[in-house]
Amino acid sequence: MRINTLFYCIWQGFRNIFRNKWFTLASVATISACLFLFGLFYSILTNFQYIVKNAQQGVSVSVFFDEGTSDQRMQEIGEMITKRVEVREAQFVSAEETWEGFKEEYFGEYADGFTENVLADYAHYDVYMSDVSMQPALVTYLESIDGVRKVNQSAVTAQTLTGVNAIISYVTVGIIGILLAVSIFLISNTVTIGISVRKEEIQVMKYIGATDFFVRAPFVIEGMIIGVIGAVIPLAAVYIIYNQAMLYVAERFSYMSQLMQFLEAEVVFANLTPVCLGMGVGIGFIGSFTTVRRHLSV
Amino acid sequence: MNYLRSTLARRRSGLGENEPIILMENVNKSYTAGVPALNNVNLHINKGEFVFIVGDSGSGKSTLIKLLLRELVPTSGRVYVNGTDVVRLKRRHVPKFRRNLGVVFQDFRLLKDRNVYENVAFAQRIIQMPNREIRKNVPSILSTVGLAGKYKARPKQLSGGEQQRVALARALVNKPSILLADEPTGNLDPKNSWEIMDLLEKINNDGTTVLVVTHNREIVNAMRKRVITMKKGIIVSDEEEGEYIDED
Repeated sequence: MRINTLFYCIWQGFRNIFRNKWFTLASVATISACLFLFGLFYSILTNFQYIVKNAQQGVSVSVFFDEGTSDQRMQEIGEMITKRVEVREAQFVSAEETWEGFKEEYFGEYADGFTENVLADYAHYDVYMSDVSMQPALVTYLESIDGVRKVNQSAVTAQTLTGVNAIISYVTVGIIGILLAVSIFLISNTVTIGISVRKEEIQVMKYIGATDFFVRAPFVIEGMIIGVIGAVIPLAAVYIIYNQAMLYVAERFSYMSQLMQFLEAEVVFANLTPVCLGMGVGIGFIGSFTTVRRHLSV
Repeated sequence: MNYLRSTLARRRSGLGENEPIILMENVNKSYTAGVPALNNVNLHINKGEFVFIVGDSGSGKSTLIKLLLRELVPTSGRVYVNGTDVVRLKRRHVPKFRRNLGVVFQDFRLLKDRNVYENVAFAQRIIQMPNREIRKNVPSILSTVGLAGKYKARPKQLSGGEQQRVALARALVNKPSILLADEPTGNLDPKNSWEIMDLLEKINNDGTTVLVVTHNREIVNAMRKRVITMKKGIIVSDEEEGEYIDED
């Protein structure tokens, strides 16, 4: 193919955007509306997942030793714990540290009156998990270790967080799946209608000897440009809304900042941008490619 | 019987000795089983001929044109255009095949969002003509059809006759060996119809084979060209310097 033919096809694709203003507007509006909803839900659900994940990371089990367990054995047990795949981190807390923490929490300014460490046998490991749903298996293992007296756990917290995480995952997949299906349907419908109106144009091209590529290329380029524009607009809108929402929450609900931390916009958009652009371009490409094909058999 | 008589007459006059540019042998075409749109059609058109194809609606004229354009393939029989076996032609070779055919339609079928120059240049871009050649060829063919001064106009700014001239220019710019015109005067007043027919005759005199499907009795009878009459999918007459036969 001649290079000027290729440039001609690309140029025609760009010109079609302006030639068919209403079709362009309708397609861009449809793609934008669908991807805006997609972006919005994605941002919200990603943050939910992030909050739950943060909460999960704070969940730990405490491993206490039998009375008189030597420091060496405690160290050995620590090594056994950290080798487990469920374990993200294991922090050793000596009897003294446990006692200091207890005094501070329960006695406050009266703590100085207590000199003897009543928690002398309460040296322990605080074990943080990579996945809270693995807690029951880990606790069973920890309880079986020789030298372990007891394992403290919050089974309810772990179960709740595991459940919430699972629900969020299902909801995310469900909503994104539905939005994606609706988007593809609406967008391909708009593209189909827009191109079907120009069926005669395609037929004329074919009658005078245009190859399928020559007919199709401008339509496909047009579809992809519409896809890019249709993705950039909602991305910009969601970015602005996201940042404004973060500012609003930070100002109005500052007391919640310890409890809930939100993802930075850059983190959310590092995934959302390529996904939305890919969806826009992909839907524009596939929609125009398949629709034109229907009219090529002349 | 008429067909055989006229074929023999043509052969006696020496026309049959030429290599046919269009050849149809025992062509049948049915859209639905048992209802033939074309029924055992035999057609032999030589290079440089000017032929009218006439007949009522449903007589098979459009089907015949579609077979020549390879828009359809026959149910049985053989079709050769420009030496190409159209029936066996692979789909991917159809565009190249069509570039040797010029086509003109009753409704002009111009690209409405492009001006006259772009409409004609489009046919040249399809055959990947270099830009410098396009800049030379398009004004030249627009002069031939008398539209040099309107190259910037959009189709809707032109009269029906002018639009048909643009369609003719587009059909001719690639110098096809055959021009197929499907009711080229169907949407035109008598004056514009005659102007278009004069142009077609001029094109034919320059060596292009011209095949015109028409209902225009006055034009057919006045031009004294070969006339093929169709009825219910059958060629019922084929006359040199023929006339529009009223089948009723």
